[in-house]
Amino acid sequence: MSAVYTPSSTGAFVIGVKSAAKSVFIYVMFGTFIGYGALCHDLGFSLTWALVSTVLIWAGPAQVIVVTALGSGLSAGEAAIAVSLSGIRLLPMVAALLPLIRTKATRFWHLLLPAHLTAVSMWVESLRMAPGLPPERRVAFCNGLGLGLMAPTLVATVVGFMLAQRLPALFAAAVLFLTPMSFTVSVARNSRELVDKLAFILGLALTPVFALAKVDLALLIGGVLAGTIAFAVHRLREGA
Amino acid sequence: MTATVRDLGPYLALVLVGFLPNEIWRVLGIVIARGLDEGSELLVWVRAVATAVLAGIIAQLVLSPPGALATVALVVRVTAVIIGFVAFLIARRSVFIGVLAGESALVLGALIWP
Repeated sequence: MSAVYTPSSTGAFVIGVKSAAKSVFIYVMFGTFIGYGALCHDLGFSLTWALVSTVLIWAGPAQVIVVTALGSGLSAGEAAIAVSLSGIRLLPMVAALLPLIRTKATRFWHLLLPAHLTAVSMWVESLRMAPGLPPERRVAFCNGLGLGLMAPTLVATVVGFMLAQRLPALFAAAVLFLTPMSFTVSVARNSRELVDKLAFILGLALTPVFALAKVDLALLIGGVLAGTIAFAVHRLREGA
Repeated sequence: MTATVRDLGPYLALVLVGFLPNEIWRVLGIVIARGLDEGSELLVWVRAVATAVLAGIIAQLVLSPPGALATVALVVRVTAVIIGFVAFLIARRSVFIGVLAGESALVLGALIWP
């Protein structure tokens, strides 16, 4: 996708929707949200609630935590903390994406929608594809991409909700496995530079060590430490 | 803080427990992004931290998974991720092949190793 011409904002939005349709994440997320719809059904939520939660939260792990919290009678405070911990990844993801897609003319409120649509799927695809578009069209592209990924998940939520009682137990396990499996290969695909590869490997290795050692905020501490070590190695190699 | 999610009603619980604790990070991301330039070294660090946190989430989802995935043996879950990753590399970094191979390995493994 080379920027040999400048599409209109609508054109860039449509390119985003088409990129979503071509993304492998469409299949992955369709499966994931069939599982989510079935889970919402089994835990006694309405279909409307299931759909509204997808639009508002738009982060797979957080959504699973919220619905299971209700089922298990976890306190609201504990559930909110668990959701918040899983959402920490969104901060550096949004902070890494927005400088690539904004221009001097971009207003704060223009960035609210792409920030809300930022999830692993959208983040991975926009980091890869947005640089191929002219800077002033990247926000529209990201909005098209994010909404193009969200629309099929809403259909999948309905399908899962309807089919819930007919889905075998192994299917439920398989769709839950889609999230870690697709995160692994898509983040690996985007990790071309040494700093990203190192951050990925160190994050995989360090976080479980902190979790096993019962360190509070293992995800946050493991992530910051792994990312910082990877960055330090990158600086040493660049500087030497 | 002792109120259960059920006491709040489903939509209030959704906003207080689901939406706000998650969305706060996106809004903070917008604020922090204001001080970052495209191509700056600080952005490289931020991206490295994002990648590492994601890797940590992957590790947690595989090692202590939610719901029905916990019924599949740990060795099957870990082996399936490795098979998926190797297939991804062999298939010239195809995400589709990687996910397909990993999922197939998980389902087969769960059937063989109940």
